[in-house]
Amino acid sequence: MYKFFPHTEEDLKLMLEKSGVDSLDELFSQIPQDIRFKDAYQIPSEMSEIEVRRVFDKLAEQNKQLTCFAGFGVYDHYTPAAVPNILQRSEFLTSYTPYQAEISQGTLHYIFEFQSMMTQLTGMEVSNASMYDGTTAAAEAMMMAVAATKKTNKVLVSQTINPKTLKVIETYALHKGIEVVTIDQNEGVTDLNDMKAKLAEGGVAGVIMQQPNVYGIIEDFTGVADECHAAKALFILDTVPADLALLKTPAEWGADIAVGDGQSLGIPMLFGGPYLGFMCTTSKLIRKMPGRIVGMTKDNRGQRAFVLTLQAREQHIRRQKATSNICSNQSLMALFVTVYLAIMGKQGLKEAAQLSFDGAHYLLDQLTSTGHFKLAYDKPFFNEFYVKYDGDADKLYDKLVQEGFLPGVRFEDGFIFAVTEKRSKEEIDKMVKIINEFK
Amino acid sequence: MNNRLYGNLIFELSVEGRKGYSLPKNQFGNYQLPEEARRKAELELPQCDELTVVRHYTNLSANNFGVDNGFYPLGSCTMKYNPKINEEMAVMPQFQNIHPEQPESTTVGVRTLVEQLEKALCEITGLAHFTFKPYAGAHGELTGLMTIDNYHRQKGDLKRKKVIVPDSAHGTNPASAAVCGLEVVEVKSLSDGTVDVDDLKRIVEEQGEEIAAMMMTNPNTLGLFEKNIPAIADLIHQAGGLMYYDGANLNPMLGVCRPGDMGFDVMHINLHKTFSTPHGGGGPGAGPVGVREGLQDFFPFVSPYQGNFGVMVKAYAYILSLGKEHIAEVGPLATLNANYIKESLKDVYELPIATNCCHEFVFDGLKDKSTGVTTMDVAKRLLDYGYHAPTIYFPLLFHESLMIEPTENESKQTIDGFIEVMRAIADEARTNPQVLKEAPHNTPVGRVDDVLAATHPVVTYKALVEDKES
Repeated sequence: MYKFFPHTEEDLKLMLEKSGVDSLDELFSQIPQDIRFKDAYQIPSEMSEIEVRRVFDKLAEQNKQLTCFAGFGVYDHYTPAAVPNILQRSEFLTSYTPYQAEISQGTLHYIFEFQSMMTQLTGMEVSNASMYDGTTAAAEAMMMAVAATKKTNKVLVSQTINPKTLKVIETYALHKGIEVVTIDQNEGVTDLNDMKAKLAEGGVAGVIMQQPNVYGIIEDFTGVADECHAAKALFILDTVPADLALLKTPAEWGADIAVGDGQSLGIPMLFGGPYLGFMCTTSKLIRKMPGRIVGMTKDNRGQRAFVLTLQAREQHIRRQKATSNICSNQSLMALFVTVYLAIMGKQGLKEAAQLSFDGAHYLLDQLTSTGHFKLAYDKPFFNEFYVKYDGDADKLYDKLVQEGFLPGVRFEDGFIFAVTEKRSKEEIDKMVKIINEFK
Repeated sequence: MNNRLYGNLIFELSVEGRKGYSLPKNQFGNYQLPEEARRKAELELPQCDELTVVRHYTNLSANNFGVDNGFYPLGSCTMKYNPKINEEMAVMPQFQNIHPEQPESTTVGVRTLVEQLEKALCEITGLAHFTFKPYAGAHGELTGLMTIDNYHRQKGDLKRKKVIVPDSAHGTNPASAAVCGLEVVEVKSLSDGTVDVDDLKRIVEEQGEEIAAMMMTNPNTLGLFEKNIPAIADLIHQAGGLMYYDGANLNPMLGVCRPGDMGFDVMHINLHKTFSTPHGGGGPGAGPVGVREGLQDFFPFVSPYQGNFGVMVKAYAYILSLGKEHIAEVGPLATLNANYIKESLKDVYELPIATNCCHEFVFDGLKDKSTGVTTMDVAKRLLDYGYHAPTIYFPLLFHESLMIEPTENESKQTIDGFIEVMRAIADEARTNPQVLKEAPHNTPVGRVDDVLAATHPVVTYKALVEDKES
């Protein structure tokens, strides 16, 4: 007997009998003998919970938690205690996709709230139920633009987006046969003249930009949407939702599609995932949007109810005619973000964003005052910034890691630092002190 | 305000000025975000105290049904038990607080875990390498097909753009092929649900030089093992194509047969099916892709880091808990449970293919079709009795498909209870069909109006409010 297999000898006997076989092995008689697996797996033997814990304790000890000043798309924002607590409710955790709406109102209900909150943040009209992560959401937006604008298979991508996002976009584009053309950067921001020139060449389905960009800079996208629309291209804006508490929204920039990663909404960094991709767009484009969507309806008792809707867009109906193969969403992470935003609310999200903004600017001031750091591009930034360092950046990086800090991301001849509301003045001062004393 | 059974939206609980958060005081002095960079639109998020939020979501959870609530025989989804220890391991702070850009010297533990998980998955599947970048099953399919496409491209074999997919395949198979820029060629199934090898031969003869790959699940979506798999693999390999294994149905193969030994070159695993990580209401899952030696150089860059690492932690905890002894029992016990249900119900439900199944099987609705009761009605009535419904109307090969997958974790008592209810429903279909037509009756909401949702889409709270006003 084993704790997850409740079959007694008696059960086995009766069940085999009913199944018309003499042994478990006979159930597989149709499998050719020469491809049957007859050995023992070369993996460890079964472990008790105590032993499993020992293995994981040992693995955990071999990681070092650092005071995090890194971003690059993944931010160390605070997670209010209520959020992971709700996530462990097994009615949410152990349920499947809400296809049986009558016993899935919990999931459908929070996804409806999630869509409502994401549209509030981005200012867009509609949202899907979430996607894998920010990078794949950007790639999906690219494919959506190509499908929506027809007869075009080229997208323009600003060089100021995160290089990892660009790489994922390029991967999807290569196989799908979409041409990706990058827009030059100039002093840390997108060169809009280059964009205009490349739009003028024609055949562009979409233009992808990031806000704040990879250097943390808040770009000025005035006129971009008009230029795109004049060229019949969609304007796709990749954003950091936590920052949208204060920043001009994708809708206010005139974007047709807003995408990004919801990780900044309190989701733990967890070595890269799970996070949450989001996609919002206009009502006009809702039927072109990939991914699940939850809509409001009524049940046969006249009550308000929620249900997966507009499914005719999706792969299980359209099969090879689908423009996206996405099947699942990151439902539990959508619940995470929904509870996070409910806890933080209208005021808390702004306060956290302002603290992050203030902390980052304070850190820059302190770094600049050491005399060794200089903001690479003199442009407004949010909570992340790129500074050049006049010493040996690799050595300084190693030293700070040794002292328990993650000094941003090493980038060319400097660092890209990020600050969230979790970082205290004391932590910043301590790191700067070590930098000051570093020879 | 009754939030117990059928909740308000969190927005409807909001009161101006309430708050549910606490943050440290600003110690940095005030910096100003330039006016032109600020949002103008008010941010209409809810304003609630912490208790209101906690109650709201706790009560919402009561309107859901998970594996922890009851039997979940959802075919093709492998709704097995999600052991609690897995959850605890995944939230250890030494995992949760690791930034993916941290230097290697500080991430030995997480990287060791990835290596060890890879080793175990290679052994279980008979393949040589895995990439963990794919976030889900469909993402895994796409990653696997990109790997295959990269392989052919690198060889200069640019004509190979066709993927053979059985007509019984999961919808994601053809969709993934299309997203990968490949063309789908459908191969027919025989009346017993397995691939028609003659039709496959015809396709290979006609289009052999254009074939990039063949995608299959084995056992297939009817729960039947494709016994001709060695011959099929030979046919495709001789034509220069690669064999792709959709790992959606890997569970019954544990301890029985390895995809690598069946002749497959590339596969994905749904960690959220076979390796017990929770489905979470539709994700996050994980879809690591495994390949034969030599193909690992063609893995594409489909995500920035190691995929859904948190899901991998849970899968590794599961593998360690079961160990080689019990992993090998998974397939046989899941298969026994399925066959036992099939044999116990085939006198009242239509069994189109009478042979031993693997982990799942398909009924074509009730045997007695005269009552007008459909598979949809049976499914909805099951909800009343406290069971999740099987997968319905898939596969598309039958009109009234009812696809049942019990998993290895269910006891004979649980299964007998399900059988009893399924028989009671078959009785009701004759004696009181109306009760089925109107089912479910005992759920928080009744049968929902899908058409209203689609013809008049209301997908946000703001739209709901505007809708009410107009």
